[in-house]
Amino acid sequence: MDFSVSDTIEFMPRLLWGALTTIEITLLSIVLAMALGLLLAVVRSSSSKMVTLPATIFVDLIRGTPLLLQIFYIYYVLPLAGVTLDAFTAGVIALSMNYAAYLSEVFRSGIVAVPAGQREAAWSLGIPARETMTRVVLPQAVRLVIPSVGNYFVSLFKDSALVSVIALTELMRAGQLLASSTFKHFEIFTIVALIYLAISYPATWLVRWVERYFKIGKLKDPVDPVRH
Amino acid sequence: MIMISNDLSAPISKREIVDIRELSKFYGTYEVLKKVNFTVRAGERVVICGPSGSGKSTLIRCINRLEKFQSGNIVVDGVPLDDNPDNVDTIRREVGMVFQSFNLFPHLTVLENCTLAPMITRKLSQSAAEKLAFELLDRVQIANQAKKYPMHLSGGQQQRVAIARALCMKPRLMLFDEPTSALDPEMVTEVLDVIVDLAKEGMTMICVTHEMGFARRVASRVAFISEGKILEEADPDTFFDSPKHERTKSFLSRILSH
Repeated sequence: MDFSVSDTIEFMPRLLWGALTTIEITLLSIVLAMALGLLLAVVRSSSSKMVTLPATIFVDLIRGTPLLLQIFYIYYVLPLAGVTLDAFTAGVIALSMNYAAYLSEVFRSGIVAVPAGQREAAWSLGIPARETMTRVVLPQAVRLVIPSVGNYFVSLFKDSALVSVIALTELMRAGQLLASSTFKHFEIFTIVALIYLAISYPATWLVRWVERYFKIGKLKDPVDPVRH
Repeated sequence: MIMISNDLSAPISKREIVDIRELSKFYGTYEVLKKVNFTVRAGERVVICGPSGSGKSTLIRCINRLEKFQSGNIVVDGVPLDDNPDNVDTIRREVGMVFQSFNLFPHLTVLENCTLAPMITRKLSQSAAEKLAFELLDRVQIANQAKKYPMHLSGGQQQRVAIARALCMKPRLMLFDEPTSALDPEMVTEVLDVIVDLAKEGMTMICVTHEMGFARRVASRVAFISEGKILEEADPDTFFDSPKHERTKSFLSRILSH
């Protein structure tokens, strides 16, 4: 098990290309998952059962089955219904839908955590329900859940490795292909691990920076018995 | 009912701003408001007092539909308060409310708190809304804090901003739900003074409060609620000096004893 520098230099280009694909798939999925998750959360806060039911069923199905299964479903089963997707698109859709379901729970808890007095103040000013949600409740809900959402992003980044099973050559699969042809499993998988860490660690710092930028923890009820 | 016995000389007209008839509200099977009848005319300043749980906050919260009621009706300046969302929106635009816990929007500056509703509901331009906001923030003497966030202000300052925010909608009626109950004692006066000034300018208001000195200063009428019913209503002098009902007397003796 000798770790040669020349080997490392030889492997890097392919691994880095894989990493690029991983980053692409992650960023795209994050954006879609946030949008869909937010939409699901708003839909599920509705008071009408007819409106919330399809969203709830969707979320329950996703949360009750493995992500890996969902990836297979979208890539292998959808073509039977006429929808054939390439591995990248299938991967993005599976990751987005999966994380949207979990994020909707996080956003919902954020929405519920915004004090009722905020809605009452908005309504008493004559602000209609839609603007109350978009201008008063959601801005506060999102700030409250930034730490959780940040953690989910890092998690999505790691779960992107699962898309390797449908032959998308992102970082994990690039590593597997190299390892199976050179048998240098130790070197290659160690480098792969380091590349994942090199991205996820700074990402965690970024999340903490965003938390501080939005002054998390200060958006509390202004009538705070400790501070007055 | 239209007797003014304090130093405010703003006239009271005959126009009914709030007309509540036979209002009943239940929480499940518990009847919190029992066939209440209550009318407020333009220019009146009504103070509602009573023990906790009596329904006083619930009553005024019914007026802007923060609470729903099961029977009876409410008409606000000619608009019936029913399930029609247009009526509810119209009424909410004309009725301003100040809450015990201020409820300022923490993610917006003081100025933005004030301009949000006029820009959304009255379609004011940003500059027009800001001009209006500065006028009103000036009136409550807090214009120099316009760019600050609520978390940086004291309780008294926040409540004054809340009053300015409600006034930016130019309401015909102001509802105050225990506006000073959450304030440290030294800040109560600054807020009450603002409300007294508002009364002097003729604002119709209904104020739920425990501040009886303030009630004597500003009210044109004081109402006492107990267990979901208005037991007694009178001008302040009569109310405080010669209450008629037993429960009013015992409430006043408890609350005025310190």
